[in-house]
Amino acid sequence: MPSASSALPRRAAIVGANRIPFARSNGAYARASNQDMLTAALDGLVARFGLAGERLGEVASGAVLKHSRDFNLTREAVLGSRLSAATPTYDLQQACGTSLQTTLQVANKIALGQIESGVASGVDTTSDAPIEVNDDLRRVLLAANRATSTAGVLKALGGLRPGQVVPEIPANREPRTGMAMGEHAAQTAAAWGISRTAQDEITVASHRNLAAAYERGFFDDLLTPFLGVTRDDNLRADSTLEGLAKLRPVFKPAGYSDTEATMTAANSTPLTDGAATVLLASDEWAAERHLPVLAHFVDAETAAVDYVHGDEGLLMAPTYAVPRLLERNGLTLQDFDFYEFHEAFASTILATFAAWEDPIFCKERLGLDEPLGSFDRSKLNVAGSSLATGHPFAATGARIVPTLAKLLHEKSAQEGSDTVRGLISICAAGGQGVVAILEV
Amino acid sequence: MSNDWYSDFVNSGFGKSIAGTVGLPPVPRLRRYEPGQPLLSGAALLGTATADGRVAKVVRSLLTDLGVEVHDDPQAPVGGGSSTSGVAAGIVDATGLSSPADLAEIQGFLTPVMRRIGPSGRVLVIGDVPGEATAPAVRAARRALEGLVRSAAKEARHGATVNLLHVADGAENDVESTLRFFLSSRSAFVHGQRLEVGTVPGFAGSTQGVDWDKPLAGRTAVVTGAARGIGATVATTLRRDGATVICVDIPAAGDALARTANDVGGSALQLDITADHAPSTLLDHAQRHGGLDIVVHNAGITRDKLLANQDRDRWNSVIDVNLNAQLAINDALLTSDVFHRGGRIVTVSSMAGIAGNRGQTAYGASKAGVIGMVDATAPLLVDKDATINAVAPGFIETAMTAAMPVGTREAGRRLSSMAQGGLPVDVAETIAWFAQGASYAVNGQVLRVDGQNYLGA
Repeated sequence: MPSASSALPRRAAIVGANRIPFARSNGAYARASNQDMLTAALDGLVARFGLAGERLGEVASGAVLKHSRDFNLTREAVLGSRLSAATPTYDLQQACGTSLQTTLQVANKIALGQIESGVASGVDTTSDAPIEVNDDLRRVLLAANRATSTAGVLKALGGLRPGQVVPEIPANREPRTGMAMGEHAAQTAAAWGISRTAQDEITVASHRNLAAAYERGFFDDLLTPFLGVTRDDNLRADSTLEGLAKLRPVFKPAGYSDTEATMTAANSTPLTDGAATVLLASDEWAAERHLPVLAHFVDAETAAVDYVHGDEGLLMAPTYAVPRLLERNGLTLQDFDFYEFHEAFASTILATFAAWEDPIFCKERLGLDEPLGSFDRSKLNVAGSSLATGHPFAATGARIVPTLAKLLHEKSAQEGSDTVRGLISICAAGGQGVVAILEV
Repeated sequence: MSNDWYSDFVNSGFGKSIAGTVGLPPVPRLRRYEPGQPLLSGAALLGTATADGRVAKVVRSLLTDLGVEVHDDPQAPVGGGSSTSGVAAGIVDATGLSSPADLAEIQGFLTPVMRRIGPSGRVLVIGDVPGEATAPAVRAARRALEGLVRSAAKEARHGATVNLLHVADGAENDVESTLRFFLSSRSAFVHGQRLEVGTVPGFAGSTQGVDWDKPLAGRTAVVTGAARGIGATVATTLRRDGATVICVDIPAAGDALARTANDVGGSALQLDITADHAPSTLLDHAQRHGGLDIVVHNAGITRDKLLANQDRDRWNSVIDVNLNAQLAINDALLTSDVFHRGGRIVTVSSMAGIAGNRGQTAYGASKAGVIGMVDATAPLLVDKDATINAVAPGFIETAMTAAMPVGTREAGRRLSSMAQGGLPVDVAETIAWFAQGASYAVNGQVLRVDGQNYLGA
């Protein structure tokens, strides 16, 4: 197959990675902060590659659910880690696309020769989530703070009312629609007629593939235990279609009955805590240290859709991003050895696949003469994905990138083939999506 | 160790007076090595049993080079004054014995030494290898040293050690790293033992240019089972001596492993050493550091059961981790250029592999097997100027021994000439010495680090 083209002067190498096992919300990591988890993930990476005391080009990370005190989350984590304190950092946030976007940022700087090495990462906790005072109370307290006299303070505090003590807990809802992400996804699933069985099949495959990957030691050099957890604790290795069929739906489009609704707690990702990191570098930097190069970061595309006023599903942006990425690189959807699609919901990736097979959608929405078509589903998420691992929002990209890089590296080593290539797709809140190509 | 309440008590001011009054056995505080520490804390007495002694010259030259005060007369005052007590070391060159009658010279030297030796002092007897003698009287005299040393060790007090070096004919110039180990506080818990320094055919070993403060500088080491306990201390000690350390442990111990690796500025490799791919994965990883000079087979497990209650799975898991994994890795090392010329393999046996231990048939078998492995592998490594040796720890204070029942733990501690458990660093210091390039003449040896434990002594 042809090698993907890229306008960049050089390609960033994916050297390796480390993440902590992902844990279901309010479980094993209930008392761990984003900073704790990110620091642990970084220290595991430092240990794996012998980077103690080293200054890297940068560390880019981010979290979706973030305390206001964590404005410099990544910097604080690096200062608490074994990396040199002279390693610069920044925080980036793009919902579930965060750490694929940080990977893109770090890879681009390496490609441009601005840095030689960097860590892309992401972290999220839904357990140690920030809780804010509600807006009414906040206004009262700020007014009291602004007051210059005792009388003024008392006057402002006189505006306190019992209802103001109700805190605001972050919710997994779109601000502009007030709908939960799962409700959005359920609408899309209904629109594309995605069946319950097809979703459950994706779910079972995810769990089985992840379990098999653990069994063969695939994660031995991608993961470091944390707080006594050695594997993603959402993993159900014995998951079966029959078992999943018994679950009641949790997300229903308006007007749908329980029997018509298709999305359950199993074929939707659970709230999860965790952190993931990827080490990227120039080939030269890796070679100087005799470090492996698993794969190269070729190109990426970010898309957004109007799910508020337009007629597009909240999580359908990757459907638009992929054809743009393919065209720029002169590739077709079938030109990949592995497909890593973030399983926000099983229905989401199935709706994306259905859209690509639909000539009308491809012509009217994507402006394509021919549909993108289908691909060999046996190449999809072969080491499991978010339905099994769980999905700490900002950490998912940095979980997927090294998983795919290692799969490509293994295949290349086994077959000695010229070019081995993989596609990553991640949908994100706010109607956005990030997709990327990796190659060996 | 802080959980040794008895030792803490008899070493406290009040406890000392009580212990003295009622005759409780003392627990000496052992001097242990710190970087920059002088080889000996005071004067040395150096005796020779016969005019044919081969080693005294080398010892004298080492000590005087280091500025140590050396006297031939065991009664000589030391420290520039008239003090006839408080010497740091008594060393006797007992090579060249022609019959048991010559032993009287050694008695004549060591009797005052035993009276004068100070706290954590060193008594070292250096003899010929008994097996090199054919005449019964000669061999009897040589072998007699072992009984002398083991008995004297049981009489030594205040943390002084008594050990025996057998120096092969022609190896007298190859003893420096060994002398330094046995005389220094690195050997704090090595007591009542014998060790052989051999000749290396076709290899002109040299200690020229060795930085004795960083004897492992520039060398890359692998330590298995490095996440915690003795393995973590071995990693720290090798690093202190200058090595770059690859820390290996099972993936489930990865978080502790990462801490060890980052503490020593090395790298962490999460690896089940019993996996088929383990040797190749290990060698692949070592290439990141430009190859491998030192391999420390420290990882080990216990699955204790009385033999009457043992089952096949438990048995096999112990043999696999403690023995088969080491054999497989050694096979790979022997045939790979990643394992450099002059490499060092150090493996961890156990007192249980020598003396046996109730409930530890599998463990004891595996640790005795390790000794067999060392015996057979040592000659195979000669072509690579490499060596393999084993350390056999006795009762060492670790999280594992802290969890023992009080009775078992106390017996383990007190039933030794040192009346205490050793520390992980005592095992680590011995491993670090075996690992030195300068220890090229020490091959195929098993050294107990057990304070002369009474089990199987």
